[in-house]
Amino acid sequence: MKKIKILFKLLIIFLFFQNYSLAEISQDVDKISKNLRCLICQGQSVYDSQSDFALSMKILIQNKIDEGKNEEQIYDFLKTKYGDWIVYDPEISKNTVLLWVLPLILFVFGGILILRKVSIK
Amino acid sequence: MSNNIKLISIVLFTLFSFFILLKGLDKSNIYSPEIKESNVDFNFKAKYLFSEEEVFINDLLNDEGMSLINIWASWCLPCRDEHAYLLNLKSLNKLSIIGINYKDDEKNAKQFLSELGNPYTNIITDPMGINSIELGAFGVPETYLIDNKSKLIIHKFIGPLDDKAFAKLYDIIQ
Repeated sequence: MKKIKILFKLLIIFLFFQNYSLAEISQDVDKISKNLRCLICQGQSVYDSQSDFALSMKILIQNKIDEGKNEEQIYDFLKTKYGDWIVYDPEISKNTVLLWVLPLILFVFGGILILRKVSIK
Repeated sequence: MSNNIKLISIVLFTLFSFFILLKGLDKSNIYSPEIKESNVDFNFKAKYLFSEEEVFINDLLNDEGMSLINIWASWCLPCRDEHAYLLNLKSLNKLSIIGINYKDDEKNAKQFLSELGNPYTNIITDPMGINSIELGAFGVPETYLIDNKSKLIIHKFIGPLDDKAFAKLYDIIQ
């Protein structure tokens, strides 16, 4: 009985370390794929999706990491293939400048409105 | 008076939103990127289907004229439908057709070809789907018309070839 218990504990420790090492390998892939839109699925990231496209994409990301490419280089590579749409974080460009500036404008505008209301009172 | 202005502005706003939404409905929600021709890099290696050798896609595009790259798989039903168009294109003898066998079993792929005929000049395999991503593909089937000399994508067909696509290809090739 004691032997079985010890064996069982060893097994748990073994499994724990095995999982741990697996997690370490794919951590970078997870991080990058969470920022990528799965282009053929609706509303899913590459990380979440199990589609053929997403699975290939994860392998490709791992390969690029093995080649020594960093995160930025991988995003740039995929942007040249699939356009800016593939990353969740849009860069500031001619097309997206309104997206970034609009909340700021609304904030300032709202602030002015409130200030005027207060000062009238 | 101020009530009138309120009413008019509400009506205008509603109409405005209505037309924006209406226009949004017309738009297809399948996203396809603009083709950035200059960025397509054919400099990647892949294994032939019918031999163990590896080859750079660049080397397959070496001659003059145009090439067609077709991504296919034996498990993909639309590929079966478009196969007749590919055989037709082959019989025109105007371009070399390069097949990329996407995530397929070699045996099934070869059986598919012996069943339906082989339109391809060269076939390379893509067991992991990585080579297709290098081309900027979403899945199967997909077809690219490429100018061999400049290595530019002239036209990209997402999904199976049909009468319309074939007519377009025919026009460009002639």
